[in-house]
Amino acid sequence: MGQPTAEKTGARGFDHIDPPDTEIYLDCVHCGFCLPTCPTYLVLGNEMDNPRGRIYLMRAVDEGKAKITDRFVEHMNLCVLCRACETACPSGVKFGFIMEAARGQIERNYQYPPKERRFRKFILDTFTDLGRMSTLTSLLRFYQKLGLQKLARSSGVLGFFGRLGKMEALLPPIPDRQELPEVMPAKGEKRGRVGLLMGCAQRFFLPQVNEATARVLAENGFEVVIPKDQACCGSLLVHEGERERGKGFARETIDVFERASVDFIVVNAAGCGSVMKEYWELLHNDPVYRERAEAFSKKVRDASELIAQADLNGRLRELKLKVTYHDACHLAHGQKVRLQPRKILKAIPGVQLVELAESDFCCGSAGVYNLLEPDVAQKFLDRKIDRIKETGAEVVVSANPGCTFQIEKGLKEQGLNIRVLHPMEVLDGAYQGTIPPQP
Amino acid sequence: MIQDKARIIREIEQIVGPKGVVHEEDELRVYETDGLTIFKAMPDVVVLASTAEHVAELVKLCQREKIPYVPRGAGTGLSGGALPLDGGVMIGMNRMNRILEVDYDNKRAVVEPGMVNVWLTNAVGPRGYYYAPDPASQIACSIGGNVSENSGGVRTPKYGVTTNHITGVEVILPNGELVSLGGKTLDAPGYDLLGVFVGSEGTFAIITKVIVRLMRKPEAVKTLMTVFENLEDASNTVSGVVAAGIVPVSMEMMDNNSIVAVEKGVGAGYPTDAGAVLVIEVDGPRAEVEALVDPIRDICKKNNVREVRLAKDDAERALLWKGRKAAFAAMGQISPDYYVQDAVIPRTKLPQILQQISKFSEEYGLRVANVFHAGDGNLHPLILYDSRNEGELEKADEMGSKIMKACISMGGSITGEHGVGREKREYMPLMYTDDDMEAMKKVKRVFNPDGILNPGKIFPTTTPDVKVGLAGQRPIVEKVVGQM
Repeated sequence: MGQPTAEKTGARGFDHIDPPDTEIYLDCVHCGFCLPTCPTYLVLGNEMDNPRGRIYLMRAVDEGKAKITDRFVEHMNLCVLCRACETACPSGVKFGFIMEAARGQIERNYQYPPKERRFRKFILDTFTDLGRMSTLTSLLRFYQKLGLQKLARSSGVLGFFGRLGKMEALLPPIPDRQELPEVMPAKGEKRGRVGLLMGCAQRFFLPQVNEATARVLAENGFEVVIPKDQACCGSLLVHEGERERGKGFARETIDVFERASVDFIVVNAAGCGSVMKEYWELLHNDPVYRERAEAFSKKVRDASELIAQADLNGRLRELKLKVTYHDACHLAHGQKVRLQPRKILKAIPGVQLVELAESDFCCGSAGVYNLLEPDVAQKFLDRKIDRIKETGAEVVVSANPGCTFQIEKGLKEQGLNIRVLHPMEVLDGAYQGTIPPQP
Repeated sequence: MIQDKARIIREIEQIVGPKGVVHEEDELRVYETDGLTIFKAMPDVVVLASTAEHVAELVKLCQREKIPYVPRGAGTGLSGGALPLDGGVMIGMNRMNRILEVDYDNKRAVVEPGMVNVWLTNAVGPRGYYYAPDPASQIACSIGGNVSENSGGVRTPKYGVTTNHITGVEVILPNGELVSLGGKTLDAPGYDLLGVFVGSEGTFAIITKVIVRLMRKPEAVKTLMTVFENLEDASNTVSGVVAAGIVPVSMEMMDNNSIVAVEKGVGAGYPTDAGAVLVIEVDGPRAEVEALVDPIRDICKKNNVREVRLAKDDAERALLWKGRKAAFAAMGQISPDYYVQDAVIPRTKLPQILQQISKFSEEYGLRVANVFHAGDGNLHPLILYDSRNEGELEKADEMGSKIMKACISMGGSITGEHGVGREKREYMPLMYTDDDMEAMKKVKRVFNPDGILNPGKIFPTTTPDVKVGLAGQRPIVEKVVGQM
């Protein structure tokens, strides 16, 4: 204390499996430009919880000056991985990569308290297991339809379930699922053959978004292949540091879409798209998959990227709507896709797009962050809802299922009658002449 | 080193609550350095204040217990000014970041010291106003820090430095008393204590409120990116513009290394094969601004300009500035570490000093990227080094001292805007006699009699501080200084 920090001992605090890349944190020159863009720094107001500080802590562990302590884990896990710092960083520090790698180190080299470990395992296992998700959604649909949800919410019984009770609040009304065909033919002149990723949360909780995406793609001349055997893309696992399991899902996803022989892989969930565009990094040590991952990543497109290139105007009908657009972190910062969804919305006759202040500030969803760190996530959400209120919009457009659930929850809490729709739902609505009714 | 640390922490927690205190080494580490990483010193405790009352109570506690204390804003400083050289308490001001009042009619705003510089302009921008001082780090640095260092920026040639835009501050003196210096008018009656205070580098008192002047946005702005084969032609252009009686808002120059880093990092549209770019901006009434463009172009042509590009819209202007302002921050693109100098030289000496710097660069085998506020002769050579290589940091430090010496021998000064802080205290005797410095210390003692607020800064000292990185003695630098 007040003493010199230990000189480099040479004993690295990280193990040799996928440690954070030394070259990446050497890119950081400690200028602090990232500080005001970091949601946790703005909300918590201490320097352990901003990118510069987190890099400093990681480097200390890497150089053997510090250990993976409870506090180290706390500050790494409080990061929302929104990657707003990457947008701000003039030195090009790839913060997302080193944070994911640091979490991988934590998974292997740190013992969570048993209760925390069980909760993390439950969340990650559930959201990445399609079988479990299917059972869970059927049960939940039942729970909602029987009116049990109202009862549970009004009785206060959910309070006893802690973080699981808070999870319940995120539940959107779950619509009945329609099976999408395995192949949907292109309309008009064929522009290509694309594979559609169904996602996990999207497939079960927001199937209408996948349906809208498929219709919009077909409408724009794409033959849409929806492989039945696709599983989870692994993004949640990669974000939470379970890199080895994440890699397994990544390989499976590559296999599935290689078999489908498509020109592009279309994703409508920002978190999934971001990780899939970075499979090349995840699998760069895998001799069998390295090159295939590179080729795969190059083919991944967010739905709005592909659609924004099309000439939309002629066929669109008028929608009288005042909308605002929320930049999902993994679209704006992770994939640098900002203009395309706005371009699509502006192309729809009658749609008035009002810019949202701090549109690329994290809403607190951040994969499963809102489940693991609900208190901090709530602070982000409150800030987001305040900004949304200022716009006077009747629809918030969000291109990531996590953000959609989170923002819907925030709007509900404040009793606001504002819809949250995916850009593809709005566009699909313009082809149909009306936006879908509230489920 | 604090005696009875546990008790002190309990007392601090009673003032700010447990969430405002950081005291474990695995967290404190992030506070051991700021924007200038060659110096490191870890505080014993960091306290994150949210109100002026917090600050007053903390100051009283530190004074009573004789614990050294130092304020820190955004931690973007470039002279080690916020380092706790003797350990002790660091008071983090970043949570005090609100705008308290905006008076558009009288063009004043009252802000808390942790307010991020650019947030203020963002907040008043929609009404047609802005806050003029714009250090390159304005997207992150705090206004309290700017007041402490009397920061400049790229608008300095026309609009001056921070002191020209501050009309008042509210501070907590080391005796715990809250006092106001200045006010909302341009000159308060009595002694200009505000003038003494601005630039006191956090050694007089801790700022809790700042009253700033707001400016109306000009009717027109023109920004020219001019491209040269070498720094000399660009430097002569700067002199030419000044000689012609033109007062530009900015004249900012970058050399090839800087351009390359900026283009990799930001992609601002600067040609990466240029020897130098000079960005010249003029603002004011439309007719005046338009009339200035051709004369500037002519001066550039006389100095062998390769290309003059007039930014076509606000977006292009903003991008050019984003690039220039990211120059330091983008150095990670081309080097693991850098050590930035802040020398000032008479503008006319630019070509000579640049030659000197490139000679040193060869001699020491360290690359240099040059960025300057050319309009006011404030030079920022960035010495690029790799701290992983044994001895390279010391080499960079020695080379820095040679550059400093050369600047002074050409009639310059040791700091333009970053402050003396820890970094340049050995250089002070190059500028001042012992008597001069004693006079300054007397002023400091009026505010800070026992010197436990922010010790070890500005003046040379024989007491070594905690050595980490270069924070201890710098024998080589002292030798170079002694040779003068």
